[in-house]
Amino acid sequence: MAAVTTTPRQKTGWGVANVVVIALALIPVLWMVSLSFKTPAAILDPSFIPASWTWGNYHQILSTSQFLRPLVNSIGIGLIATVFAVALASMAAYAVARLRFPGKGVLIGMALLIAMFPQIALVTPMFNIERALGLFNTWPGLIIPYMAFGLPLGIYTLSAFFREIPWELEKAAKVDGATPFQAFVRVIAPLAAPGMVTTAILVFLACWNDFLFAISFTSTISSRTAPAAMEYFSGSSQFTVPTGPIAAAACVITIPIIVFVLFFQRRIVAGLTSGAVKG
Amino acid sequence: MSATTPATQVVTGTEAAPATGRRRRAALSEGARAERRLGWMLCAPAVVVMLAVTGYPLIYAIYLSFERYNLEVPQAIKFIGLSNYGAVLSSPYWWQALKVTAIITVISVAITLVLGMLLAMVMYRTLFGRGTVRTAALVPYGIVTVAAAYGWQYAWTPSQGYLSAAFNNSAPLTDEYKAIAVIIVAEIWKTTPFMGLLLLAGLSLVPEDLQKAAKVDGATAWQRFTKITLPLMKPAILVALLFRTLDSFRIFDNIFILTDGANNTGSVSLLGYDNLFNALNLGIGSTISILIFICVAIIAVLFIKGFGTAAPGSDNLGRR
Repeated sequence: MAAVTTTPRQKTGWGVANVVVIALALIPVLWMVSLSFKTPAAILDPSFIPASWTWGNYHQILSTSQFLRPLVNSIGIGLIATVFAVALASMAAYAVARLRFPGKGVLIGMALLIAMFPQIALVTPMFNIERALGLFNTWPGLIIPYMAFGLPLGIYTLSAFFREIPWELEKAAKVDGATPFQAFVRVIAPLAAPGMVTTAILVFLACWNDFLFAISFTSTISSRTAPAAMEYFSGSSQFTVPTGPIAAAACVITIPIIVFVLFFQRRIVAGLTSGAVKG
Repeated sequence: MSATTPATQVVTGTEAAPATGRRRRAALSEGARAERRLGWMLCAPAVVVMLAVTGYPLIYAIYLSFERYNLEVPQAIKFIGLSNYGAVLSSPYWWQALKVTAIITVISVAITLVLGMLLAMVMYRTLFGRGTVRTAALVPYGIVTVAAAYGWQYAWTPSQGYLSAAFNNSAPLTDEYKAIAVIIVAEIWKTTPFMGLLLLAGLSLVPEDLQKAAKVDGATAWQRFTKITLPLMKPAILVALLFRTLDSFRIFDNIFILTDGANNTGSVSLLGYDNLFNALNLGIGSTISILIFICVAIIAVLFIKGFGTAAPGSDNLGRR
């Protein structure tokens, strides 16, 4: 990866490009953070840096169940959907990566089709089905569609990872006297774990980010997720727009995820690109 | 092949050897049959869930689209054939939404591709601070779309937002085309990092030696880019474009927050949503759903024709 020789001028050029990229990526986020610390009076001032700072917006949203409950819903629904999606996807991905069986092409085609599926096309029929089954406005009512849309992503990413695992090691372990279970737990599982963690992160991010299903299949805070709940915030009086609280809520659901993404960035980049480029 | 006996044994012993025609199909070995069964069993749960959540509702939506079905008048539910399709396709709302969706998709995907390529180059070529750039680029990817959309909305609110203030206290969200431009900017900001990362992976598949050789032969940087880098990256670019286009075509979150479809800025997804939750018309809502599905299918087919053999899911999958 050692680059073609660079002149000092080129070096400056790329340096400037770096700064531009970083600025463009961060300014909108910093604006949101700034808004979340502005007092109601400062909100009416367009300056980027708050004239007067306050924790009031955070205090307001974190002291009512209007935001806390949806936050819990987001975490719970996201985690459950992720666990199920990764479990089912690893089984299928193992089969795709290691076994020969007719219908493999159909499975891959189906996963691809669902990855491209317009979610809105599901909203109308699912709304009616969920009402009939009593799933509307419940956790499973969101977990099930999240799981289904996490599966294609999981199958693609995991089968790419599973192909890279040196499976001969399993045989070697058996030759050395390990039982099939031991061979799996001691040898294969540790090798497969990084891919599964990566996949779990990607699936969880997709669930966390969802808005369309969240506003369509919920009606109260008992199952509404955080992105959908922001819509229903109220201002300090009937006539004020809840700009500050919404900005604070946006920061609460965003900043931990950004930290998380940065912490796992190598994995995420590997996961995002393995499925799409290497097949 | 039968020259040396040991060699033959090795070949027949390996199941990875290409099937030798009839003999293999005639009698599947016990092992191969067990492998099949295991394969199907492992895939079954995933297939069942995917079919139950997408296949069945899709068929149900087709059925609903043939009915007059308004939740406000449940007693009037009736099979009416293709009338809903006639109603939607002759409605100016559908065509306006389709136009807006097409404009947003084409412009945002085109700009994202160019910016994504530049971003990939920056990430690939930068010698120092490479990690920092990639870290920064992942921020828009990690942000929740709705949260970012609120940020853009407030930034463009007159006498509150820094962007509005910078542009003469303007209110772009109250004008059709300016609002669409703001929506496109929000889309581009959010999706360029993803595009950049996909293209970066494609870029690292281009052999450095080839670049050097071309340089020695006197090719300019632009020639090297168009004659070597781009052709070699074609599969990566097409995959990234396909996913980005389909993703952009179903745009919902950004528009919902930024304008909620005011001043003719609604997308087809927003139109479908409004027909369901504001008009409570399941029949028309389903019809719009099916039409969007058909649009997506057409886009996918066009792209996959363009892919040729490099289509994901085709036989050369995973061989690279």
